[in-house]
Amino acid sequence: METAKKHFFSDLGVMLGRSMRHISRSMDTIVTVCITPIAMMLLFVYVFGGAIQTGTDNYVNYLLPGILLIAIASGVAYTSYRLFLDKERGIIERFHSMPIARSAVLWGHVLTSLVSNAISVIVIILVALIMGFRSSAGILPWLAVTGILMLFTLALTWVAAIAGLSAKTVDGASAFSYPIIFLPFISSAFVPTNSMPTVVRVFAENQPVTSIVEAIRALLSGQPVGNDIWVALAWCLGILIVAYLFAMRAYKRKAA
Amino acid sequence: MKDTAIQVKGLQKSYKQLHVLKGVDFEVEKGNIFALLGSNGAGKTTVVKILTTLLKQDSGTATVNGFDVATKPDNVRQAISLTGQFAAVDEILTGRENLIMIAKLRYLKNPRQVADDLLKRFGLTDAAERKVSTYSGGMRRRLDIALSLVGKPHIIFLDEPTTGLDPEARIEVWKIIKELADGGTTVLLTTQYLEEAEQLADRIAILHEGRIIASGTLAELKKLFPSAKVEYVEKQPSLEEIFLAIIGKKEAK
Repeated sequence: METAKKHFFSDLGVMLGRSMRHISRSMDTIVTVCITPIAMMLLFVYVFGGAIQTGTDNYVNYLLPGILLIAIASGVAYTSYRLFLDKERGIIERFHSMPIARSAVLWGHVLTSLVSNAISVIVIILVALIMGFRSSAGILPWLAVTGILMLFTLALTWVAAIAGLSAKTVDGASAFSYPIIFLPFISSAFVPTNSMPTVVRVFAENQPVTSIVEAIRALLSGQPVGNDIWVALAWCLGILIVAYLFAMRAYKRKAA
Repeated sequence: MKDTAIQVKGLQKSYKQLHVLKGVDFEVEKGNIFALLGSNGAGKTTVVKILTTLLKQDSGTATVNGFDVATKPDNVRQAISLTGQFAAVDEILTGRENLIMIAKLRYLKNPRQVADDLLKRFGLTDAAERKVSTYSGGMRRRLDIALSLVGKPHIIFLDEPTTGLDPEARIEVWKIIKELADGGTTVLLTTQYLEEAEQLADRIAILHEGRIIASGTLAELKKLFPSAKVEYVEKQPSLEEIFLAIIGKKEAK
């Protein structure tokens, strides 16, 4: 047991290196998690943007938080996919029959998700800067934005872990992400909610994406964040805890 | 107690309603090749999973390298290596990267050197820099076994090591297994091919419907049956012999 604990971080490093290689060698992953959100941002800003009334003078500023959430949601789908393949192909069994820290196998996937999503978020923000995104926010608001995005990634990663560990087919493993990718469209991520019909608006204003988007938008534009940040944190933490518990149960049942 | 590598007593395991193992007993001596023979669904993989600490038994005991699998799994894992039913190799990494990864996870001093040596030993040096997804079935299996040898474990579990391989690759795997045993490694392999057990194993146990129904050396098993009848039969070469002769691999027999 002691040796296993001592080696946790070294094992985790090997796992991280392994899945980061998987990502960098998969054009499909790069296109989906990075290029697609950028294309969507270009589309919304330069095609639809002119016709959208947000009450702000810079639509890139308005749009960016939602694009980041979409990128993260499509990113975690690959975590689920990689976890599923590891389970199906007996890689998890190979690792588990070795004298390593067993938990490093699952945490390796979680850490990979955090690192790879951070990279795609940074790339998207850089492109947004070129497109005219500007922020008056200081270090503290940026740190808060980083924290929210990491928490959001972590929460969705654990949801992805449940899907990857309990799915029966490859398609099933990543299907969970479609509704999550779609959620930003029925929120204030692209357009303000006040133009929506009442039923849609009630949904849009009370689902997690709106509060997260509003909190990030306020932080980046130097506006007071109000309640949104607490609602956003509550959603992220709530999903994180519930998903973590279920994922751990699935992991113990399926892989251990 | 003599040199026992694996000892299994009264092993039972059920999956929900399905009673897979109904009391399995056997012993494997150090340095032996032990074949667990049985048809599909006989419970071979379940036995292997319990012995490799992947699964907990419902009752009975199993010790591997002197350690109880249920109470001392970490010690067991130090001593063993598992080559599962499907080649558990990382398809996106290259052959060399696969070996280096496992060497790092076994905390070896010189992962690159270990990888190079094994690549050479298994004839994979030329393919070392290629992604495993481009490998043939036989190459994958060879890499799979090579991964199991990283860190020189004392006991190796091979779950149906030749299922799905072509005859050439199968004979190659047999050769590797024989070499392992010659080097002092204990090998427990499961198979549904009678010939495989006959070719390789020092001792054979037949697992049927959750129990070992017969075990012993090949000679002992043969004694269980009425003595051989002498018959005159014109011996035709089997298709396998023809195939191997044509492709010039006859010496492997």
